Amino acid sequence: MARELMKGNEAVAEAAVRAGVEAYFGYPITPQTELLEYMSRRMPELGRAFVQAESELGAINMVYGAACTGKRVMSSSSSPGVSLMLEGISYIAGTEIPMVMVDVMRGGPGLGNIAPAQADYNQMVHGGGHGDYRPIVLAPASVQESVDLTVLAFDLADKYRSVAVVLTDGSLGQMMEPCELPPMQPLKTSFPEWSVTGSEGRERRSLSSINLDPSMQEEMNFRLMRRWQEVEANEVRYKEYFMDDAQFVVTGFGSSGRVALTAVRAARAEGIKVGLIRPITVNPFPIKVYAEIVKKVEGILVVEMNAGQMLEDVLAATKYQTPIEFFARMGGIVPFPDEVLNEIHRMVKGPLTTEGHPRDRWLNRTAHKK
Amino acid sequence: MALNESEMETMVYERPEALTNGITHYCPGCTHGTAHRLIAEVIDEMGLRDKTIGVASVGCSVFAYNYFDFDFVQAPHGRAPAMATGVKRVLPDRIVMTYQGDGDLASIGMAEIVHAAARGENISVFFLNNANYGMTGGQMAPTTLPGQKTTSSPNGRDVETQGYPIKVSELLSTLDGASYVVRRSLHDAKNIRLAKKAIRMAFETQVRGLGFSMVELLSICPTNWGMTPLNSLQWLEEKMVPYYPLGDYKVHPAVAEIKI
Repeated sequence: MARELMKGNEAVAEAAVRAGVEAYFGYPITPQTELLEYMSRRMPELGRAFVQAESELGAINMVYGAACTGKRVMSSSSSPGVSLMLEGISYIAGTEIPMVMVDVMRGGPGLGNIAPAQADYNQMVHGGGHGDYRPIVLAPASVQESVDLTVLAFDLADKYRSVAVVLTDGSLGQMMEPCELPPMQPLKTSFPEWSVTGSEGRERRSLSSINLDPSMQEEMNFRLMRRWQEVEANEVRYKEYFMDDAQFVVTGFGSSGRVALTAVRAARAEGIKVGLIRPITVNPFPIKVYAEIVKKVEGILVVEMNAGQMLEDVLAATKYQTPIEFFARMGGIVPFPDEVLNEIHRMVKGPLTTEGHPRDRWLNRTAHKK
Repeated sequence: MALNESEMETMVYERPEALTNGITHYCPGCTHGTAHRLIAEVIDEMGLRDKTIGVASVGCSVFAYNYFDFDFVQAPHGRAPAMATGVKRVLPDRIVMTYQGDGDLASIGMAEIVHAAARGENISVFFLNNANYGMTGGQMAPTTLPGQKTTSSPNGRDVETQGYPIKVSELLSTLDGASYVVRRSLHDAKNIRLAKKAIRMAFETQVRGLGFSMVELLSICPTNWGMTPLNSLQWLEEKMVPYYPLGDYKVHPAVAEIKI
């Protein structure tokens, strides 16, 4: 199929359409709005449901209702809007029904700004909503990957009766790149045994996230966690670059991983033996991959567009056995490849340590910045 | 020996098919049971049981899905109209109803109910107004009357600091998207019959695709009001009905033409 030049947000929307999404509910928020706008045209054209809700609370609960019917449904938003949706996401997780959420991250906390950031990592990966649940979180680094991971998100959501999140940012959402779209999938014609569709020809069903009996609730908690173990066993995805002979490693997800790759290529051109690991699934996190490289490399540089949220997961995975350095831009600023290259130079030059916290060293180095 | 006709048993009152055999957790005297029964009778009469999807809310009726014998989902606090929107938009040939109390609908869920009505969502809403938060133990609700004592307005609702009650039917009747909005009461046999007719009209509105319908049902909460059921019914009639006048607040001309 021919490649098309598409804006990230619109490519995600079209990918969802082709993955068979039957209902989209959303609320305008920059830098995500093109996704909603695209759906407002595309969904009615195909006879599928589109509602611009009164708020993110409205939108996520429309998703909740539609998801109870077993059909493929989604919403999208950006950081502050996603915060508002977390109540509903927790209910959806607690009801064990699939949905796809797209978070086009922007600067924060609070109203922040509308520039690209990655500070929703904890909000998405480590919960956000109340109670014990784990959403599957996929982190693309290009428009093409946004398309591919959106389709995958629908499949994984269905497979594990789970919330699946596509975690992009203002940069990936707004940029235009050539991409190949998937073929149009036929809509689902059979629905799971839990779908609430009206009781015609069968026993009645109900869906809820309430378990007043604590022992029933605990049973459900166990079920969710055991299902998550399956996700961890089967669905870890990541990309490696120049890792065969790497003495040093840079790692970052999404946009910062992509910027880091440019820096790694530049370092390689200088003869520095550095590789890159870019997690595709930030949840489940590729723990084993990091645990393995500890044995092979002299240092790891974590690059993010937040204050070191994935850094904590890298530290946990590597158990402080190898020196780790950290570099980030925040507030809606995308790091330049040169900045990352400087950090690679610093790491290679040393001295490196496993003492102290990488975030503290980074903050000390940047003490001149107000 | 054959019984003659006058000796044969005749069933005059039975449990509607749309209600389960479950025993409700509602307090003695509570009008939730009445409202459940009226809705179930109408669903039976219209043959809608296997096409209906209910949306339960948060409050005393959180377990409504245990008492109604058809498909149900259960919404977060206040969000039932949004959830119902989601269900109805992907299953437009199903009958979708919400069952909500006044804390759920008129306080935390005000945005969802107003916008569902404004969009003319083709759903039916049954709104139980008992002037307080029942499940959490009788706190002040948006519908609590001026001067009414509750556990969070112990000296009586002071409108200077706690504001005025919200008249939901009147408010929603201003929206062009609302097709059938009426207020009824459950305090005596005559009004219960009128309430049932209104519930029928709400479903008839939806079946015909005529848009948003809501029946507000003035209800009692003997436990939290600290009154006997009988005194509660009297209090409803004497105090609530004058503040919340019964009547039809919005009947779209197309709905007015419906003949049952």
